[in-house]
Amino acid sequence: MLGFFIILLTCQLLGEVLVIATGAPVPGPVVGMALLFAGLVVRGGIPKGLDAMASALLSHLSLLFVPAGVGVMLHAQLIGTELLPIAGSVIVGTMVTIVITAWVMQLLGRKGAET
Amino acid sequence: MNEELQAIWVYLAASPLLTLTLTLVAYQGGIWLYNKSGNNPLVNPVLIAVVVIVGLLLLTGTDYRTYFDGAQFIHFLLGPATVALAIPLYRQIRSVRESWLAITVTVLLGSLAAAISSVGIAWLLGASRLTLLSLAPKSVTTPVAMGIAEQLGGLPTLTAVVVILSGITGAMTASGLLKLVRIRDARASGLAIGIASHGIGTARAFQINEVTGAFSGLAMGLNALATAILLPVLFQLLS
Repeated sequence: MLGFFIILLTCQLLGEVLVIATGAPVPGPVVGMALLFAGLVVRGGIPKGLDAMASALLSHLSLLFVPAGVGVMLHAQLIGTELLPIAGSVIVGTMVTIVITAWVMQLLGRKGAET
Repeated sequence: MNEELQAIWVYLAASPLLTLTLTLVAYQGGIWLYNKSGNNPLVNPVLIAVVVIVGLLLLTGTDYRTYFDGAQFIHFLLGPATVALAIPLYRQIRSVRESWLAITVTVLLGSLAAAISSVGIAWLLGASRLTLLSLAPKSVTTPVAMGIAEQLGGLPTLTAVVVILSGITGAMTASGLLKLVRIRDARASGLAIGIASHGIGTARAFQINEVTGAFSGLAMGLNALATAILLPVLFQLLS
């Protein structure tokens, strides 16, 4: 189990280093995800232990956003001054984006849609 | 007696154990309510936990920094968890390979839709220029969104707040909306959720099913890249 956690951390670390070295506009962990994906493609399969480790982490993914979410309290008054435009943009904008994006993919990706 | 309690409080308030436990308990409470509601996505565990914790911090006069001393252990796991998204994605490799062109076009259009809708709606409702610039990258995962906002001349801290709120909005509304507009393709649902509401949406997408979760994680990563490149260009063209 420890070995597989080390794999995840090493991918993240390499990702962070690459981002700093190249100034790429993506977060280090996302580059780490790409690196691990490439590694799995090369290896041609998912090691069982890594699969278990990932399931454990991803089954509580929502929890990991709580500390950052609480950070909203720091900037709550920023929103107060322009509550209507910000709330409208966040709520309606997010919903519009979901609908448009899903429509586009459903139209373009007809083939192989049975999942 | 009271003094004893006071002493215990002083001790606990100085250790990370209390806020770490508080975070886990508040989230577990959120999950309990979510299950009690028959897994209604509107009963969002992240939102519940955040409201409970913010309420308690305000009541006890605890600042965010003190809270984060304990909560950072949970926050830290976001990095390895993001890396771990490669595994469900790898399971969809055949599907990703088959539809890579559709995915690319969808991510580009979705990224534009997210930026245009957020800025457009706020502009119609009379937002200031600073707010518009801060809202533009609101669908992108936090660190990238803050970087883009800074580059555009927005307020990165305001961006951080609206990013979280967009994530929660997407997590709460996505499954209802997608059903309403008759989206049956799990890949389309996943891309839509990941583009509109990044990691918080992705966490919700995994509750729907693994295909939706895998494509949501993919879309989150690609959208960060697409928006970081497209948005500054778009703003240069418009101003």
